[in-house]
Amino acid sequence: MTVVFSRGFRGKRRDGPSDRVPPGQYLTDDFPVLSAGPTPHTPLEEWTFTIQGGAEPVSWTWDEFKTLPSEEPTVDIHCVTRWSKLDTSWKGVSVDTLLESVDHDASYVVAFCDGGYTTNLPIEDVTDGKAWVAYEYDGEDLDPEHGGPARLLVPHLYFWKSAKWVRGLSLRDEDEPGFWESNGYHLRGDPWLEQRYWGD
Amino acid sequence: MAAEVAAVRQETPKVRTLELAAPDWPGHRAGQHLDVRLTAEDGYQAQRSYSIASAPGEELALTVERLDDGEVSPYLVDEAREGDMLEVRGPIGGYFVWDGDEPEPVLLVAGGSGVVPLMAMARHRARTRATAPMRLLLSSRTLEDVIYREELDRLAAAGDGFAVVHTLTREQPRDWTGYSRRIDRDLLAEVAWPPSESPRVYVCGSTRFVDAAADGLLELGYEAESIRTERFGATGS
Repeated sequence: MTVVFSRGFRGKRRDGPSDRVPPGQYLTDDFPVLSAGPTPHTPLEEWTFTIQGGAEPVSWTWDEFKTLPSEEPTVDIHCVTRWSKLDTSWKGVSVDTLLESVDHDASYVVAFCDGGYTTNLPIEDVTDGKAWVAYEYDGEDLDPEHGGPARLLVPHLYFWKSAKWVRGLSLRDEDEPGFWESNGYHLRGDPWLEQRYWGD
Repeated sequence: MAAEVAAVRQETPKVRTLELAAPDWPGHRAGQHLDVRLTAEDGYQAQRSYSIASAPGEELALTVERLDDGEVSPYLVDEAREGDMLEVRGPIGGYFVWDGDEPEPVLLVAGGSGVVPLMAMARHRARTRATAPMRLLLSSRTLEDVIYREELDRLAAAGDGFAVVHTLTREQPRDWTGYSRRIDRDLLAEVAWPPSESPRVYVCGSTRFVDAAADGLLELGYEAESIRTERFGATGS
């Protein structure tokens, strides 16, 4: 294919170390916000986290959730809008820990959230230490605009998969597109394969 | 796909519109965006997303605000000229769109260059003679920062159900009769339809702007599901 050069373009060359910043991404120190609707503000006393679709639904209140064993991952994150941010530090509960309470043989999960947002993930993408339900960012309670009180954290996929305001996981046998995945974005979203949009 | 800069038009000191000739462009819906990719002589590439300003069926146009720390926007606003080439990919997004075939009133709320995808909706409404009433509440810092001011005045003057309401948050001309404060619940209450009329709402601007507008609308009784938002961070583009 012919390369299309843009006359006079030099660029700022902020593409970062190639083993940590996927193709087509640039580094930022900010933490931009993307969401499709208003920021929900669910009171903690009404908050629960539920796993449904297993043998029995399992649910935790906020206080119960905070007593679960937590981890403090430091990870790189990559947004489909092309920013990447290195070494972000979080605190939360591993999805492995949550799934220990559930008897299931599901192949997929759909994360569901306040505000109606959903996102779909293969079970392998949220198990074996690859995903958390995070409630602290950089040592502070997670801001509502960044998904607080709790968001999914799946750093090896584009960040829309790290659903904000997450309230639970629905275990599924079949893959089912979530919100952005129904609106033009890739079903899986691996940044190293640049799986941004339908057809990638 | 390749696109040629067909024309450029300065909208405000920091904002420019680029009309693009993209023969392979598949068409788009009002509110969608696209990715621009620039390639330097040595092969270095940078890509960013931009809202589409033109209505479906019109020549493809982007309106871009220069972010001083940006990588792609300074090129598009200051450097690119007629005949230059770039690459576009899209259209992208299927949620922040308005197709014009629903009768519900449409409330557009924009902060600064957040007006761009909403302008595509206003232009689409005018082009298709859609009958849904539409109001645009546009917050700009000063009068000279108002993007599309003359065209918006023309659209409103047509008297076919499109209205624009300005607020200037930083500096107002001496004879200014419009609003002169940031968008809040009270200002929205004066401009917005009552929630009982089931308006569709599109809010676009910075995160802080979008949160203020969306929170105000929720306080007025709007359903969260009726409010579609698009935010741009303070970085990058």
